[in-house]
Amino acid sequence: MIPYRVLWWVVFAVMAIPLLQLIAFAFTGGLGANPIEFINRHLGDWALRSLLVALSATPLKILFGWTWAVRMRRMLGLWAFAYVALHITNYVAIDQFFDWAAIGTDLVKRTYITVGMGAFTILFTLAATSNKRAIKYMGGKAWIRVHKYVYGAAILGCWHYYAMVKADVLPPLIHIAILTGLLGIRIWHNIKTKKT
Amino acid sequence: MHIKIRKSWELGEQDVTPEKIFKQRRNFLKTGVAAIAGGLAGGLLSSHAFAAWPKAGDMLSGITKTDFDPGIDLTPFDKVSTYNNFYEFGTGKDEPLYAAKDFQTEPWKVEIAGACAKPGHYDFEDLIKPHPLEERIYRHRCVETWSMVVPWIGVSLADVIKRLEPTSKAKYVAFETLLDPVRMPGQRRQVLQWPYVEGLRMDEAMNPLTMLSVGLYGRTLPPQNGAPLRLVVPWKYGFKGIKSIVKITFTENEPPTSWNRSARHEYGFYANVNPEVSHPRWSQAKERLIGEFFKKKTLMFNGYGDEVAGLYKNMDLAKFF
Repeated sequence: MIPYRVLWWVVFAVMAIPLLQLIAFAFTGGLGANPIEFINRHLGDWALRSLLVALSATPLKILFGWTWAVRMRRMLGLWAFAYVALHITNYVAIDQFFDWAAIGTDLVKRTYITVGMGAFTILFTLAATSNKRAIKYMGGKAWIRVHKYVYGAAILGCWHYYAMVKADVLPPLIHIAILTGLLGIRIWHNIKTKKT
Repeated sequence: MHIKIRKSWELGEQDVTPEKIFKQRRNFLKTGVAAIAGGLAGGLLSSHAFAAWPKAGDMLSGITKTDFDPGIDLTPFDKVSTYNNFYEFGTGKDEPLYAAKDFQTEPWKVEIAGACAKPGHYDFEDLIKPHPLEERIYRHRCVETWSMVVPWIGVSLADVIKRLEPTSKAKYVAFETLLDPVRMPGQRRQVLQWPYVEGLRMDEAMNPLTMLSVGLYGRTLPPQNGAPLRLVVPWKYGFKGIKSIVKITFTENEPPTSWNRSARHEYGFYANVNPEVSHPRWSQAKERLIGEFFKKKTLMFNGYGDEVAGLYKNMDLAKFF
């Protein structure tokens, strides 16, 4: 058996790979002809994927009885938030270069951006309350209730991806299928445990 | 004798080339000296006789330099040839470079059909050879709000069309890309309805700016850029520039176009570059020139208003987007 502390660091390091990859690309000319678009796509892809990884902790416990993933949920969720935050920073500070008028128009007129910002707002709230002090202050029950909104963030994240794609909807559909599976396992489990 | 009429978009030899561009041209000349030298001589002739059409990626000879200079640096060849929207070879922009690597373009037939006096199956070379090859530097604006500056090589579409003698019924020109899922692996998935189709109104097709391109940067077109034959319509969004053309049809009615068929509220038939008509996905007010950090303002008709605004005089461009 691998000690939990070691496993925690291994998972932490794995979650950092997309970020390290991006930094490596930046130094080796691997960002291609349109680096800003590449960074945006890369961070967006991994934000959604990290969120799905964080949401697979509970299903792993339900299906296999593994509890180690549940214990790492905070770290996984914070990685997801980190990628989302970097994704949005890239959009605001680099792509739009703080053109608030253009950002405002995007927010109002373009559904995928409105939806994406919704997901960010949820994840921001959850990340800000992902500490012992917040749990103590809010009370365990209320804290859990608030953190259930992570499902909303994941749904909005998938919607954001689906709505932003031009024609090739296969990649977003794969993410939607995975999310449906992860949420389905929970629902199935809840129904089953209520009956008994 | 060949009489050359100067168009408003041409620059004369007295126009000074900015230093940066000059330097870039010099680099270009290092690899493409034959093309330009040949071009000076070639420009005096009204037609060319190639021994054989050069293979993919080979130098083209006999290029007339009808220089439209947008006053900005050329987008380097390694960017033009590695960042491509060509869904027939994959939906990622870096995919066509690899997926189209071994794309065979010889022999290449182009079917001419519809309302014209000279329909038939033409060898691609026979369609192009009678006309002077020109190098034209055009701004290229993608609907995704990025842009490039590309030194295209090709012929005026108008010249080709005149030779095919369209009849009075020919109101539109329709274009079709090769349909071959074996050679074009992207066609194995129905991301768009294959084959890719595009179209122009007759007067748009006859505009002197409209070009049938066979090359860029002095060489034949790389496969990922639409070898061996593609359309270039610089005042329209890039997706109008249909690649690897195998069929040209003269029609009486407006032909279907691929992206319009895919999402008709997003992509119109005209698809003129227009900073005032924003797209549901992207504001079209600004664009990022590949290689630049800051976005710049997009120009009406991509800066070619003097040449093409007249085509749309009494049209509501918000409706006919």
